[in-house]
Amino acid sequence: MVMEKQYRTHIMLCAGTGCVSAGSSEIKEVLGKELLKHNLQDEIQIVHTGCMGLCARRPIMVVQPDDIYYQMVTEKDMPYLVEEHLLKGRPVKRLMFTPPKEKEPVPKMRDIGFFSKQTLLILRNRGLIDPEKIDEYIARNGYKAVAKVLTSMAPGEVIEEVKKSGLRGRGGAGFLTGKKWEHCRHAEDEPRYVICNADEGDPGCFQDRSILEGDPHSVIEGMLIGAYAVGSNQGYIYVRNEYPLAIKRFSIALHQAREYGLLGDNILGTNFRFDINIIRGGGAFVCGESSALMASIEGRLGEPRYKHIHATEKGLWNKPTVLNNVKTWASVPPVIRHGAEWFSKIGTETSKGTMVFSLVGKIKNTGLIEVPMGITLREIIYDIGGGIIGDKRFKAIQTGGPSGGCLPESLLDLPVDYESLIEAGSIMGSGGMIVMDENTCMVDVARYFLDFLKSESCGKCTPCREGINEMYNIVEDMSQGKGRESDIEILEELSYAIKEGSLCGLGKSAPNPVLSTIRYFRNEYEIHIKDKRCPAGVCKALIRYYIDEARCKGCTLCAKNCPVGAITGEAKKLHGINLDTCVKCGVCLETCKFNAVVVE
Amino acid sequence: MPNLKPEDLEKISERMKGIVDLRKGEFSAKVTVHMGTCGIAAGARKVMSSLISIVEEKGVKDVVITTSGCAGLCSREPMATVELKGETPVKYVDLNGEKIKRIFIEHVIGKKIVAAHALAMGSERVS
Repeated sequence: MVMEKQYRTHIMLCAGTGCVSAGSSEIKEVLGKELLKHNLQDEIQIVHTGCMGLCARRPIMVVQPDDIYYQMVTEKDMPYLVEEHLLKGRPVKRLMFTPPKEKEPVPKMRDIGFFSKQTLLILRNRGLIDPEKIDEYIARNGYKAVAKVLTSMAPGEVIEEVKKSGLRGRGGAGFLTGKKWEHCRHAEDEPRYVICNADEGDPGCFQDRSILEGDPHSVIEGMLIGAYAVGSNQGYIYVRNEYPLAIKRFSIALHQAREYGLLGDNILGTNFRFDINIIRGGGAFVCGESSALMASIEGRLGEPRYKHIHATEKGLWNKPTVLNNVKTWASVPPVIRHGAEWFSKIGTETSKGTMVFSLVGKIKNTGLIEVPMGITLREIIYDIGGGIIGDKRFKAIQTGGPSGGCLPESLLDLPVDYESLIEAGSIMGSGGMIVMDENTCMVDVARYFLDFLKSESCGKCTPCREGINEMYNIVEDMSQGKGRESDIEILEELSYAIKEGSLCGLGKSAPNPVLSTIRYFRNEYEIHIKDKRCPAGVCKALIRYYIDEARCKGCTLCAKNCPVGAITGEAKKLHGINLDTCVKCGVCLETCKFNAVVVE
Repeated sequence: MPNLKPEDLEKISERMKGIVDLRKGEFSAKVTVHMGTCGIAAGARKVMSSLISIVEEKGVKDVVITTSGCAGLCSREPMATVELKGETPVKYVDLNGEKIKRIFIEHVIGKKIVAAHALAMGSERVS
């Protein structure tokens, strides 16, 4: 047998979108040249991997088998790194991760809390394979689940196994995947379709993109298994056009799978045939909704329809259709390979398995994480996320994207699963998590999400189209100091009307950010309305900047940096802010070294 | 390789096994070639390339080849340390391309220490 070329060291260089934008392609080039210079090119291999997860420290590089983790590497670091670590075997300390408040770096990736506290199932190949090489996916037991299914399981058995595992849709609604497949299989009509929903439109979310970029074959294999189970020969993936790298890597994966006969006719020598087409979406948030997505694939306007008949009966082109999220599809191969029992041991009573979250906002370790269901928010924020930037106080975490809710400090020990999040007034959604600190204004947060949702409402249903707009106007007035006594009650009333009167998930969940912030931060709304104040110091119309006499040293730094010349004062004497010219940009606050600038 | 059969997946895995195992840090033996300036001057690069070629020649997949800095005994360079999983590391001295090949075959594959080139058992403690 021909052996694959062996290298003594593999440099796993992250090539997710975040790291590419921080220069990982250029680094690869320089690294290659440096290896050549030392004649190491036959001993050391550079591997471009998918997203490693700790995006805050990008670009990331891991040297294996030493398991040495390097972060924020630059082209300039490469000559030194190659000579020291790769040639002489002395890992470079200054490029390693040092935990906050500690002096000594943690050299090994597996010892860093951010990585060691995660459970990788959907992201099982993270940092281990080159997503553009199908052989590396196969080496990690790839396509063996589909081989098992095609050679030893009847479609009904596959459905039974997935049902038994308790796997639920990872796109947000959390419907039992196996049950969905069963409905579709039993639908009378033909042909049947399977679709992968990769229309990830939530602000700050990048889980689905990262999976497509980092392990596209895992999604293809999941879809193959689903297609076999429901009896489909044609699949589609609906992915945003704004995800060029994901589309590129997925296209390469499709091409390689076809070359190996893993897509097309007679897959793995059986009678089963299946193929997948890529449909690029135009970026409308509503097209993540199943019926709008299918309308868009058909070439119609991306609008939802009333679902008195399920898509599993009449979906795409009115034919039985199974639509699952990227993460759901990627979960299927391990469920089949290890069995339902193994899978159902992970997670909670009602929510099995793991979930991938984008952890963003005022958090130290911004990035992509995978955790078992049932983990607490506290563990996610402090053990994995490393806590709040600048060690400020935690205020709220928004889960589930723009239509999720904001949960306060008192709920930090809430176990994360489908039911508990809904009970707390939020949702699992597709896996967005935005962390907010004490300097975040909850009225402003509600305003931001309403602004997003009012532009993304497709306009089909009046309550959603007009209602969200009306809610936005009320909250906007509040942040301008024009709030009225009855505003909170009107907001609540509108929220229930919109939830009740809208067709699709967008409208039904759009009031969540407002309802949850009123529920947990009502006081903040009241201060905005009654006192015309913004306690967090965010809403510009309600704040003013002034200089604390006792603290100002007259260093002139604020005056030099003020973009509108609103600060006057001589050197070494007290400065003052002219409130008529001040545009409240906050530059003085950031530049003052003596904490003499105060917001009120 | 057009139109795979189920058993072909196993073949591909087998061919690629060493590569992914290495990335996961799974191995049964580890050979460290000491590559300080002294080691390189004494011919450690050659020891390294012979070592890599014998690994490839023998098709051994779960052995990690790595480098480290000067081992502190510059007069006996090139040096290498062989560590079988769960056993005490053994240091070899005054190496060249031929000697390291013998050590690889007899010690790493054959599990028998090559006393002729060995200096000592054990490693310095790292505090």
